[in-house]
Amino acid sequence: MTALNPLQLLGVDHLLDDEEKAIQETVRRFVDDQVRPHVAEWYEHELDADTVRQLAREAGKLGLLGMHLEGYGCAGTNAVSYGLACLELEAGDSGVRSLVSVQGSLAMFAIWKFGSEEQKQRWLPGMASGELIGCFGLTEPDFGSNPSAMRTRARRDGSDWVLDGTKMWITNGTVSDVAIVWAQTDDGIRGFVVPTDTPGFSAPSISKKLSLRASVTSELVLDGVRLPADAVLPEASGLRGPLSCLNEARFGIVFGAVGAARDCLHATLEYARDREVFGKPLSSFQLTQAKLADMTLELQKGFLLAMHLGRLKDDERLDPRQVSMGKLNNVREALGIARECRTILAASGITLEYPVLRHANNLESVLTYEGTSEIHQLVIGQALTGESAFA
Amino acid sequence: MKIVVLVKHVPDAAADRTFHEADHTTDRVGVDGILSELDEYAVEEALKLAGSESGEVIALTMGPEGSADAIKRALQMGADSGVHVVDDALHGSDALATSHVLAEAIGKIGEVDLVLTGMASTDGGMSVVPAMLAERLGFAHIGFVGEMSVDGGTVRARRDSDVTETVEAATPAIVSVTDQINEPRYPSFKGIMAAKKKPVESWSLADLGVAAEQVGLDAAWSQVQSVTKRPERTQGEVVTDDGDGGIKLAEFLASRKFI
Ligand SMILES: Cc1cc2nc3c(=O)[nH]c(=O)nc-3n(C[C@H](O)[C@H](O)[C@H](O)COP(=O)(O)OP(=O)(O)OC[C@H]3O[C@@H](n4cnc5c(N)ncnc54)[C@H](O)[C@@H]3O)c2cc1C
Repeated sequence: MTALNPLQLLGVDHLLDDEEKAIQETVRRFVDDQVRPHVAEWYEHELDADTVRQLAREAGKLGLLGMHLEGYGCAGTNAVSYGLACLELEAGDSGVRSLVSVQGSLAMFAIWKFGSEEQKQRWLPGMASGELIGCFGLTEPDFGSNPSAMRTRARRDGSDWVLDGTKMWITNGTVSDVAIVWAQTDDGIRGFVVPTDTPGFSAPSISKKLSLRASVTSELVLDGVRLPADAVLPEASGLRGPLSCLNEARFGIVFGAVGAARDCLHATLEYARDREVFGKPLSSFQLTQAKLADMTLELQKGFLLAMHLGRLKDDERLDPRQVSMGKLNNVREALGIARECRTILAASGITLEYPVLRHANNLESVLTYEGTSEIHQLVIGQALTGESAFA
Repeated sequence: MKIVVLVKHVPDAAADRTFHEADHTTDRVGVDGILSELDEYAVEEALKLAGSESGEVIALTMGPEGSADAIKRALQMGADSGVHVVDDALHGSDALATSHVLAEAIGKIGEVDLVLTGMASTDGGMSVVPAMLAERLGFAHIGFVGEMSVDGGTVRARRDSDVTETVEAATPAIVSVTDQINEPRYPSFKGIMAAKKKPVESWSLADLGVAAEQVGLDAAWSQVQSVTKRPERTQGEVVTDDGDGGIKLAEFLASRKFI
């Protein structure tokens, strides 16, 4: 078995303390018991609302939701533990990791970081337990990479706020109890805590996806949604608010992508050992071994990069540009690994019997959301040259 | 209600298991160990019982240094404290010696209402320690329990062995539970983080007043002379169905006395 674990060649386990290992092990078991047996089915038929709720409650019991936040029913683990949890979740499926990332790092984090005490008390405990689900609406049909140009508007009417606009590609939207919606105001971009049963709010789900099918993706329609004065997140103004949330979630993706890649490699190593071509195990051919060796190398480099960022974050020294480097590298490499694994599995690789094409398809979304690869290249390019090439 | 759960640290069944060349005892040092899976059911049941009656759960293990991991796991799941009996002289102890030491340890813990154990360890698999322990402590013993409750000083339990029967016993009692009794929880992250701060005591044989000569390999009533690896699994037999597949299958099963 040891010879089969592609993350153990470098002995990276030694980088973790006992508590981090225990958390990782717990999430691995959770994924083995509650995700793996069903994930192909979820993918084939798309995830339904009841299953999402059930999954969220189970995740809540463990302490997965908002696990790296302090107080309000959250576990308060360190950042590395949160990363390892994302890694194990995404080894199951990027969609399941997305559910947890959006809930914990986008929706809960926004309230935890920028919310009033009343907002925290009202929403966070239920979201930590998985009873309440949250979503995060930043992207619009016409504005993805450039959210500062968003059209969704919040105008004052007396002391109330009235929101109009459309958000697009919103994870968890249809199944959410609460939406964090970012909108233009006379004072720049502000965040709003919107209970989804508010009149004028609807969240039709987006179907016909070929990626992240084990995750709910929705449109948010805000048609004269009237909210009381205290619905605004008091501590966030400008784009810095949503961007700092994205930075949290992105950090999880740096680890998560490694998980998806590890799962592909695991399946592929096993397959290559059992599959015979030209009278010999596929794993005994030099071309196969070269692929396996190269992929293992990238996987471990990705993990080391993630761990480095994790330790920086726990030291409160993590810079958003460093997260960009992690996201750009690890998602891109994970996608490369998933595709390469698919070539080794060949025809078998295109089915849901094996995880590789499912992971590859998922990673196409992961490559795009939380800042596309190109955007992260621009972030790094600007850091290197001092020149902004965004517009 | 004070509940002691016996937990055992066993070599991970997923890894290769080896024996010491010199004395044929299980190598517990060079391999990754885990809490015996069957003991997780006992821990879960203890936590459930303690939860409904605001009781206290103490995880007890006997074993070398590393076996404290079994206690840690129980603490992460929610047990309140742990006791680790560790002493070099214990190496190679048989079930009789083990039950002797554990009985003394339970005596030292004192005022115990219930002792819960798994139905067997996943390494030795003898299933005798609970009964021996009951005899030594003068506790009632109910083995192979698939469902149980405690009301006042009475344990009510469904035994699932050759026959299924429901029995009652007065506390203090020792109950060994099967894997049917519950679904062990995963340790929650809060549990994992809280475990660090929970007390674990380490007791030696001297602390328990047990003489070194009474335990260990030399005192064992049986001795392992040699160890042979299980032969590799053979390919198995493929039955081709030429219309008589069912008959062939039945004949095969009958030849192995399955039917
Ligand atoms: C499954 C899924 C779930 C999602 N969940 C959420 C969610 O929960 N909440 C949310 O708010 N959003 C979510 N998104 C949206 C996601 O964040 C956006 O899709 C992403 O930001 C890219 O926006 P876009 O698709 O509009 O692409 P565009 O911005 O239109 O980009 C098109 C292409 O142009 C490139 N590009 C853009 N600008 C530049 C530039 N200046 N220079 C060079 N190249 C450039 C991009 O890299 C890309 O290749 C989700 C998306 C997906 C697919």
